Amino acid sequence: MTTTTIPEGFVMPDFGDRPAATAQPGTAVDGASAPAYSGPRKMAFICSKGNLDMAYPALIMGNAALGEGVEVHIFFTFWGLDIVNRKNNNNLKFTMLGNTAMHMPELARLGRGWEYKSMPQGMGGLPGMTSIGTKMMKKQLEEEDIPEIPEFLDMIHAAGVHMWVCKLSYDMMKIIAADLHPGVEGVISASDFIEIAEGAQIVFV
Amino acid sequence: MHTNTLNGRSFDVDGEGFFTVRDQWSEELAHDLAALIGVELDEEHLAPLLFMRKDAGDEGNTPTLRRMQTVGGFEVRDLYRLYPGKPAKKMAWLAGLPKPVGCV
Repeated sequence: MTTTTIPEGFVMPDFGDRPAATAQPGTAVDGASAPAYSGPRKMAFICSKGNLDMAYPALIMGNAALGEGVEVHIFFTFWGLDIVNRKNNNNLKFTMLGNTAMHMPELARLGRGWEYKSMPQGMGGLPGMTSIGTKMMKKQLEEEDIPEIPEFLDMIHAAGVHMWVCKLSYDMMKIIAADLHPGVEGVISASDFIEIAEGAQIVFV
Repeated sequence: MHTNTLNGRSFDVDGEGFFTVRDQWSEELAHDLAALIGVELDEEHLAPLLFMRKDAGDEGNTPTLRRMQTVGGFEVRDLYRLYPGKPAKKMAWLAGLPKPVGCV
């Protein structure tokens, strides 16, 4: 006889399809004025940086959250707008300036401990250093099969992410709508985003 | 370590319930497992699982969604449609593979 009910003692992964918490919408905790959010899990990422290395964290974590069945919103603001601007999102850069963790695994061959020596900050200001650093980082990302930014956006868009652009930054930077990644759902104000992010865990990058 | 039995077929799983022995899988078992999570394993559902088993056999790791797109030729959008919620984990489980560990 075949069965479609889970047998006793059967260990299986939690796919998140089990009944949600039983909190009733609209029931306020004693002393609290607003009812607690009781919907499905949500995460909201705020991308405020346009450096190559600062573009990836939210995309990678957001992609992971989507894969866990979490509703994901990403709000692109200030320099983060470059991530969804198709005119230059394939050209984000990495600079070692201001990054004291800039050390190179390749230097290990010079001797023990060299891979942990910080590169002198002054080097980062030399002409061409940003382009060399960017090239190196892109190569390392490629080796790990991490897609470039435009392709990454396509991937999370296909996975159902909600992407929003900050109206103030959009106006300040004189962006035009046609340049935005087609997955961007709207150009919205900060308060719109706060409303959308109700009940979400917020991650600021 | 734990041994699950479903409709007379036994397989070893880790603490979370993912397979630990790739060879204890069979397509019939996959059909029965799929029924537990409300999936009917038609050809479209089965194709990514077969790719995953082959790729994991070659590479030793459960492929990520990204790899299923670039190497397997499956569309991410389709995988989310076929296995809503947690596609990578559902597919790894149904394919009799360990939990995927890749970040992207």
